[in-house]
Amino acid sequence: MVMLPVERVVRYNLRERLVHAVAGISYVYLLLTGLAFWTPALYWLAIVLGGGYLSRMLHPWAGLIFSGVLLVMWASWRRDMKTTPADKEWRKHIVDYMTNKDEKVPPVGRFNYGQKQFFWLMVIAMWALVISGGVLWFVSSVPAGFAWLRDAAILVHSISALATIGLFIVHLYMGIAVVPGGLSAIVRGEVTREWARQHHSLWKTRP
Amino acid sequence: MSLEIVRSSASSSPAPGVRVEPQLVKLVDTSTCIGCKACEVACQEWNDLPPEPTTNSTNSYQTMPATTASFWNLIKFNEHEEDAGSLHWLMRKDQCMHCSEPGCLIACPAPGAIVQYANGIVDFQQDNCIGCGYCITGCPFDIPKFNTGTKRVYKCTLCVDRVSVGLQPACVKACPTSCLQFGTKEAMLEIAEKRVTQLKANGFAQAAVYDPPGVGGTGVVTVLAFGDRPELYGLPKDPVVPAAVRFWKGPLKWFGNVTMLGGIAVAAVHFMRYGRKEGHD
Repeated sequence: MVMLPVERVVRYNLRERLVHAVAGISYVYLLLTGLAFWTPALYWLAIVLGGGYLSRMLHPWAGLIFSGVLLVMWASWRRDMKTTPADKEWRKHIVDYMTNKDEKVPPVGRFNYGQKQFFWLMVIAMWALVISGGVLWFVSSVPAGFAWLRDAAILVHSISALATIGLFIVHLYMGIAVVPGGLSAIVRGEVTREWARQHHSLWKTRP
Repeated sequence: MSLEIVRSSASSSPAPGVRVEPQLVKLVDTSTCIGCKACEVACQEWNDLPPEPTTNSTNSYQTMPATTASFWNLIKFNEHEEDAGSLHWLMRKDQCMHCSEPGCLIACPAPGAIVQYANGIVDFQQDNCIGCGYCITGCPFDIPKFNTGTKRVYKCTLCVDRVSVGLQPACVKACPTSCLQFGTKEAMLEIAEKRVTQLKANGFAQAAVYDPPGVGGTGVVTVLAFGDRPELYGLPKDPVVPAAVRFWKGPLKWFGNVTMLGGIAVAAVHFMRYGRKEGHD
């Protein structure tokens, strides 16, 4: 019997993978230090990461890295992330997708509707976080007459951060635990042609 | 006087203090303040604070527009015309009010960076401070001030180092008119009420004691001739811990914690029920 070599296609090029890795690492740092400031029960996270003072000092800079890299990601993926008629069909079968009845799920392109929603919600939350975070970073420069701005910044920052945590849990769970090949695709960049056909059959892969 | 801590910021365990002590309070009688600023000097001297450049931007005798990270006691000079031709020079001591419900302490995320002693003094522990500035948002009196060098916040300590050895705060010690007094809250309120009665007899019908209940009362109580309008003195009318801070540290925190843990639990149950999708790697 002759074993045919498994045909592989590039799903994410090196640049896309690097951008994703920087976004992921900076997000995890922001998440851990942010959780330390969120509740005393998790303040030990800041201590492990070099102390509360250092965490407070680096958190805004990590935020700038995260939002900057998300802008790069937006620039390269925004066309791929537009909702198509195929996505609208897919959306009707989202419960089938969630319950792993994949044979009932209609075909989609490079990204499915869930991935697209994740992307856009992350971009929106990033804007909310970076703007409110800017106010919190320079809170001592906010004039006393603009106390409402400080109040709004605290609420916007914590609520949008919570939203990203919900998205992050789903993203991590789907990418690592649920979809075979998801993790290796974003780390090494390649998937098999069979994988592409199965998960993203409308995606025009380059040979 | 011991320094029993009865409340500590961002602590998941209760504060250790068990001794019951009377609340100690500074009384400021604005009607007998002559604006000499001896209290400002005494504060700088006792606390060994670096000189702060004075600015004339207030167009008055006021030393500078607002308190700073190294200037914790500022006499505010407000001019007020009650009727045409009448001029009232309203001097008010701007400093930390040592609230019983301190918004700064409630907002603070750093364990032990803000503490409240059994005698009511609210004190910043700068070695635990991480410089986030949440206390600035929590304070309805605009008191915590950020030092750009150390990147930590500072404010009046009510001379906790003096008070803890039985002395009165430096500003009270220096005041030449006894417009500043120091003692138990009970004693200070008694003097304040007596003064309000005098003021009312002297034609200030709206005279009142400023001890705002929205922050649980304060450790600095102020006698105001125009007690119905504390804004004239630059004091908020009904100060409260900001609703945003209360919501963030109360319902939102619970909602967030339950949602985060719930999200992880849902993912775990989903995996146990549906598992990994079939197919190729």
